Amino acid sequence: MLQIKDLHANIDGTEILKGLSLHIKPGEIHAIMGPNGSGKSTLASVLAGNEDYEITGGSVAFGDKDLLELSTEDRAREGLFLAFQYPVEIPGVSNINFLRTAVNEIREYKGEEPMSAGDFLKLVKERSALVELDGKLANRSVNEGFSGGEKKRNEVFQMAMLEPKLAILDETDSGLDIDALKIVAQGVNAMRSPERSFVVITHYQRLLDYIVPDFVHVLYKGKIVKSGSKELALELEARGYDWIKEEVSA
Amino acid sequence: MITTETVNVQDEKKSAFLGSLSSAFQGVESYTALRKSAWDTLSKFAIPGTKTEAWKYTRVGKVINQARKKSGGNTQINLPEIAIGGLRYVFVDGVFRADLSDELTWQGLNIRRTGESAENNLLGTLSNHNADWFEAVNAAFFNDGLVIDVDKHTHIDCPIHLVFFASEENTAAFSRNVISLQESSSLQVFTHYIGSQHSTFSSVVTEAFVAKNASLKIDKIQEGNEAAFHHVEWTKQERDSRFDITTVTLKSSWVRNDLNIRVAGENCHSSLTGAYLPSGKEHVDNHTMVDHMVPNCESDEKYKGIVRENATAVFNGKVFVRPDAQKTNAFQQNANIVLDDTATMFSKPELEIYADDVKCSHGSTTGQFDEEAVFYLRARGIGEVMARKLLVEAFLADVITTLSDERLQSYCTEKIQQLMHS
Repeated sequence: MLQIKDLHANIDGTEILKGLSLHIKPGEIHAIMGPNGSGKSTLASVLAGNEDYEITGGSVAFGDKDLLELSTEDRAREGLFLAFQYPVEIPGVSNINFLRTAVNEIREYKGEEPMSAGDFLKLVKERSALVELDGKLANRSVNEGFSGGEKKRNEVFQMAMLEPKLAILDETDSGLDIDALKIVAQGVNAMRSPERSFVVITHYQRLLDYIVPDFVHVLYKGKIVKSGSKELALELEARGYDWIKEEVSA
Repeated sequence: MITTETVNVQDEKKSAFLGSLSSAFQGVESYTALRKSAWDTLSKFAIPGTKTEAWKYTRVGKVINQARKKSGGNTQINLPEIAIGGLRYVFVDGVFRADLSDELTWQGLNIRRTGESAENNLLGTLSNHNADWFEAVNAAFFNDGLVIDVDKHTHIDCPIHLVFFASEENTAAFSRNVISLQESSSLQVFTHYIGSQHSTFSSVVTEAFVAKNASLKIDKIQEGNEAAFHHVEWTKQERDSRFDITTVTLKSSWVRNDLNIRVAGENCHSSLTGAYLPSGKEHVDNHTMVDHMVPNCESDEKYKGIVRENATAVFNGKVFVRPDAQKTNAFQQNANIVLDDTATMFSKPELEIYADDVKCSHGSTTGQFDEEAVFYLRARGIGEVMARKLLVEAFLADVITTLSDERLQSYCTEKIQQLMHS
């Protein structure tokens, strides 16, 4: 599904990713944890195609495609989805119009007919219910005036609408209260399937109680320095990151 | 010495320009008092330049450095593809075209030609031909236009569609309209100004009188192409009246709009919205003035522009709140997106408030495209071109939706998208 090999990336001349490798198979959930500044969000941005970052080495294969050769929109059309840590407010663009355009551009890319208005609205109704997103929110401008929790639920709603092959959740849990966290997790779990993989980037183990990962990786100084099962997350929660840092420098 | 030479050059340009117009528009008669005071202004003042505050950012060389002639108005033209129903009246290069126009008189509605009827006693009573050089040019040379009267308690339920074409190379056209709404009447006017690939100059001054409890809406679309447009609206509102105007400037090489509203009666509502998107070497100047003379009125102004590729746009919005005009609510917003380093935006809100119990606000923002928003849309599979299209539409939507007819709205939206991708 996704094969990252020895990936190096800079921003403004500073190297953030320093040889990151990761292999994700269909249906797997990988959690990426790590202290602040270790490169977690950079990884998400680089995979989504943010041009602020310069790739200086390594490769990323997404299915049979060279991901780094694709434009941001083509990555999305190939089935990559990034749930943003800070979703942008776009006044004047209705959530519905935006999603309909996205759905149909993706279908066009795949050589499919546009979705009919009726089918589209049915899907909106069904998928917005997954994250208990009030129907009225769907008609508002994209993220405009949404609360923090609504923005994150809207990200998961969009994911559910676009049905990606790989979804990267960038700190989707940050700033959420426990109820909102459960709703977000419930939306993600509803979308789990043997063909769909997830990368869950988070600081906190708490989210992983609700979205149970197959693998947990620790990202530190731009590299994956430790990988394990879901128990690793519990250990990190209990012991912090210092022991990892010591292991790395030892 | 330098000063004298400058004045001489100015004088030469002025006499060449006015001289060419005087010979082209010979025999323009009637309104002698108005024309005399216009000529006084023309001789007293220099052509507006950088030292003329109201024309500081708008160079007029494009208009005046060219001898202009008068057109016969016979050009074959294709009527615009917008059909909004209602009554249509067409002027080509300032000449009324009966063959393309509806009958002049309808029930409750009296329409006459400025050039062919007795002098209208409202014409010239609002306009600024005593101080503004270009308004004086219009007053000195206008030869036609329409006088539209709506009877008391009459609601005209079909729009009046005025089309002003500018077509013939190096011509000038001067028109003068009066719109007068009697008590408790209403009217919607759509003025469509269309230019061609030829260099033309057309000046249209419209004076509107909105009586007690009457309501006037003007939708104004400018598509000048190579034409230079000087368009002036003066409006006077009596009590309990409403005046709404939307100005959309599509592709136009040189545009100067002066929109002036005198709010002379209490409990009035005035709204002014505008959108402009100059590119290339285009220049669009919107000067607006709302004069709150009396208490308890509300004005709401919103102008939005996208400026790119060497183009220049000017917004100057004056709001006066006179000492008596307590409880005035006046809002003004000017928002601009400047797409590249070569484009220029001058934005100048001017609020002069002499009353103490008022609510007035103004805001002017000039920024760039929100690249984060573009990235967000692209990350959802929307192509870059479509992403920018959605954002342009979103930015201008609250102006475009003030056009009274959905067909006008979609006409403008479509044109805007074509322009943004040309």
